[in-house]
Amino acid sequence: MAGTNGFSVSGYGPRRGGIWSQLWARDSVTRRLDWPLLCSAVALSGIGALLVWSATRGRTELNQGDPYYFLFRHLLNTGIGIALMIGTIWLGHRTLRGAVPVLYGISVLLILLVLTPLGATINGAHAWIVIGGGFSLQPSEFVKITIILGMAMLLASRVDAGDLAHPDHRTVAKSLGIAVLPMVIVMLMPDLGSVMVMVVIMLGVLLASGAPNRWVLGLIGSGVVGAVLVTALGLLDEYQINRFAAFANPELDPAGVGYNTNQARIAIGSGGLLGTGLFKGSQTTGQFVPEQQTDFVFTVAGEELGFVGAALILVLLGVVLWRACRIARETTELYGTIVAAGIIAWFAFQSFENIGMTLGIMPVAGLPLPFVSYGGSSMFAVWVAIGLLQSIRVQRPMSA
Amino acid sequence: MSNIPETGRTPRVQIRLVVIQVLVFSLLLTLGGRLWYLQIRNGDEYTDEAKNNGVQRVVQPAVRGSILDARGVALADNETRLVVSASRTELMKMKDDGKAVLARLADVLGMKPKEVQAKVRLCDSETPKPCWNGSPYQPIPVTDDATTQQALQIRERVEDFPGITAEPTAVRRYTAPGKSNTAQVLGYLSPVTDEEIEKAKDSDSPFLRSDQVGRSGLERTYDKALRGKAGVTRYEVDNLGRVIGEAERDEAVPGANVVTSIDARVQAVAEYELDAAMKNARKEIDKNVTGRNYKADAGAVVVMENKTGRIISMASLPTYDPNAWVGGISAKDYARLTGKNSNNPLLNRAIQGQAAPGSIFKVISSTAAVNAGYDFDGNYPCPSSLSFGGREFKNFESRGYGSISLGRALEVSCDTVYYGLAHREWLKDGGITPKKNPNDWFYKTAHQFGLGKETGIDLPNEVTGRVPDRQWKQSYWEQLKDSWCRQGKKGGSYIQQVAYENCIEGNRMRAGDSVNYSIGQGDTLVTPIQMASIYSAIANGGTLYNPTVGKAVISADGKRIEEIKPKAHGRLPMDQTTSRKMNAALAGVATRGSAAWRFGGWPHDKIPMHAKTGTAEVYGKQTTSWFASYTRDYTIVMTISQGGTGSGASGPHVRKIYEAMYGLDEKGGQDLKRALLPAPQQALPKIGSDGTIDSPKIKPYQPRKPLDELQQPAGWTRPGGDRESTRPPGDQQLAGPPAGRD
Repeated sequence: MAGTNGFSVSGYGPRRGGIWSQLWARDSVTRRLDWPLLCSAVALSGIGALLVWSATRGRTELNQGDPYYFLFRHLLNTGIGIALMIGTIWLGHRTLRGAVPVLYGISVLLILLVLTPLGATINGAHAWIVIGGGFSLQPSEFVKITIILGMAMLLASRVDAGDLAHPDHRTVAKSLGIAVLPMVIVMLMPDLGSVMVMVVIMLGVLLASGAPNRWVLGLIGSGVVGAVLVTALGLLDEYQINRFAAFANPELDPAGVGYNTNQARIAIGSGGLLGTGLFKGSQTTGQFVPEQQTDFVFTVAGEELGFVGAALILVLLGVVLWRACRIARETTELYGTIVAAGIIAWFAFQSFENIGMTLGIMPVAGLPLPFVSYGGSSMFAVWVAIGLLQSIRVQRPMSA
Repeated sequence: MSNIPETGRTPRVQIRLVVIQVLVFSLLLTLGGRLWYLQIRNGDEYTDEAKNNGVQRVVQPAVRGSILDARGVALADNETRLVVSASRTELMKMKDDGKAVLARLADVLGMKPKEVQAKVRLCDSETPKPCWNGSPYQPIPVTDDATTQQALQIRERVEDFPGITAEPTAVRRYTAPGKSNTAQVLGYLSPVTDEEIEKAKDSDSPFLRSDQVGRSGLERTYDKALRGKAGVTRYEVDNLGRVIGEAERDEAVPGANVVTSIDARVQAVAEYELDAAMKNARKEIDKNVTGRNYKADAGAVVVMENKTGRIISMASLPTYDPNAWVGGISAKDYARLTGKNSNNPLLNRAIQGQAAPGSIFKVISSTAAVNAGYDFDGNYPCPSSLSFGGREFKNFESRGYGSISLGRALEVSCDTVYYGLAHREWLKDGGITPKKNPNDWFYKTAHQFGLGKETGIDLPNEVTGRVPDRQWKQSYWEQLKDSWCRQGKKGGSYIQQVAYENCIEGNRMRAGDSVNYSIGQGDTLVTPIQMASIYSAIANGGTLYNPTVGKAVISADGKRIEEIKPKAHGRLPMDQTTSRKMNAALAGVATRGSAAWRFGGWPHDKIPMHAKTGTAEVYGKQTTSWFASYTRDYTIVMTISQGGTGSGASGPHVRKIYEAMYGLDEKGGQDLKRALLPAPQQALPKIGSDGTIDSPKIKPYQPRKPLDELQQPAGWTRPGGDRESTRPPGDQQLAGPPAGRD
């Protein structure tokens, strides 16, 4: 019933003016997309879907008796994420620049909402807004993006306008204010993991903005002092201190706090080179690792896919970060560079912290592994970030 | 502006971007390195941990094998009891942790709900007993004597009793066939301890938490064979203990049956007669030492096959009911068996009781003399007493026989013959200042007869006895000389005087030591089993067999049979001529010697009887009665502590055991139909492939009503004295210093 040629030959068929030709035109957006970046992100999400599926097949108390529940939800989240990416590319990061104050305002309002009775506590962190129908939102994920965009807007505006070579002190101070406000709110939740990510994002943004060295060093210094103060003044909850203690010595209390790290390490260690095979890991099937579909999803890869599978995830993350670095370096406008650097800092630190804690070289903090962990808010946020990166690449001023 | 480069970025930004990139990739490399370390380098370690993590073992205990007598009669087997158990994992799945189910169960069993709940709770440091200290995945027994009625109720209302089972389960039972008890030989079981589990963890027969372990006797020696192998099913479980799959299943291998050489009927006779002997002894007045009735506080009897060393019966008194141990011994029972006033019924005195042998030792002295060059048929003076170093050593009958041969000396149990020979040898060896390599014939021969070491019987914790030779004297003196020298006082009380002498020369072999030793007194200690093995060796032409109780181990289905072959641990140092003459002399003891008055009417022509009596003195106690005897096929040794004389206390009852075995009446008439064991049992009992054991029914021993108990047959007169050796009471100490004065 359809045309004889149909979709059999892409672009080279007689219908020269068709969609495929348009998509693949020399200067088309599709052609200019960073495909390795996109493919790696899709692959990570796909692997994530399998791992989440494996981790939740047997958890009847979570999946409401449907072993495919989390698989489906993860794929749905990925789909929505990709749609958000396309939307971001379509709008373009420059267009979005104008909307940054509004987006920033909304995200701050959302995290404030968490502190009201509308917020919910999950795993010790009062970081959620339950929407209903099984959906809940973690606004701190979106704040990461709006912090990057807001800081970038302030720091880059006068440089990109050609007024200054580097942002001046006042601009830097203002931009830090933009980041610190939501950070304080998030700390009150308390969602320490997200705060740590935000600090690292600030550092990445400042570095890329060309802000004076003293600001960069000052930020590192105050980060250290802050950490010491927070611990010393007992601002941390007991569970947060215990997580750190267990990180230092998981045998301390193998049935309690050390249990997570211990079981995670057993799961990963027992995977060996090739792993037990998907669905065949005894640690995973036996549900010995808590939060395995979210924070500890990497242990499923370690056990069931082995060193090969786990290393593949590292490689794919490496590709994402490598492409992001390229995009940061290749764009000529500072705004794009800063946004890309912020995203790099975010992805890199969050991945390192997440995988590092399952490997026992970082303390336990409730952070998802980008693309791989189950979780809507995180998934949407990282795909928006990919959209921003793609937009920076697509819209980079073509050097003559 | 002019200072903005064309790319839109300053070198500062450019450099910082490179720094970011380097940082990012070093983080990824760190993760990669750590991943490699965990998964490749240390992977095996974690694989093992993961394996143990998710596996739970459920144990199907193996049925313990039976202990059978020589004809297949069960001495220890298992009885089926209805055991009601609760599965904790099932109960914990319920909303109220199974409280309602346990309450219903308590109602059916007629127990209090609290009681039932206490039984299924897990033990920890704060939980008082009762509590369950086994695996929480194991069904926990609530009661082991449910009635059929109760079991049926539970089974019929499955929906009311989820997680509760009522199963017939095997429980150990000591059957006491024909009223035989055999307690110390069989031994007993008790639950395995944590240390034992830990110790046997990596051996080829690891213990399970639920295991019972043989603690003594045959149960211990043959524990591994009897125990079998428990079936283990490994379930993969998740973090909540829910089963997610079956990993492996090892079927249970039921324990093998141990066939012994014990004949339950003879055992019953031996036990009865030992008890009767002791009861009779208690009626006798001890005229020599205390002037009161004999205490007869302990005794042992061993019946052994001469040509194999197999034990047909072994009894030790006082005894106990081994069923007291089944299902956990109560504190009261335990105190009764091991307490201060218990007189140690757990002790198997046939292998763990030791005493001076008295005159039954003279077979060794006679052999030593022959080997030292004295003619068996030579003439040796047998005066009523001899004096060495100013001290008089009496012949027990206080009468002389003139010059007699060694054979006659054995028959009439003449002490002075041996005194003289031992003293001569002692002088030859240098007397109080011994020459360099003394011959020590009497001591060497005792060692050659197997004294001073275990016979190697297949029962645990056999004791060695003691040959008080020069080495022993030296080491004993070194141990005790300090306290002797403190106590000792020249010319003080008797004890002080002894201690004084011991302090000065307790390490030397004195004339008195050697002289006393030659008639089995002094510091000599032997066990009944040692003497049985020696007398059966004399009977069989000189082979010292390791006594064995176990005869064969037969698998539960009767298919695999491992026979336990007789094993020898030495030969008597005796040539054939001496052996023949020794046999003749020991036959003479029963026909015309010290035991003759106890064997009136015995058919010596048909069943030649050999015997030797012994009455050993013990410092501060009444004499030990010994009676060693043998026929062509069997040796019987009986001993009674504080029981009087050998021929007096033990003799008639040893004879009754023989009579039962050969089917004799006291006139000597034989009725083979009544004979329990006229010849040793050869064939092994048959065990069917379904585990059924072909065994005869047996009736309890009915001691024959004596025809004319008090009437002594004409021509048989009781020898004059009551004792076979006389020295001042208190002159002998069981484990104390010798009291020779020379």
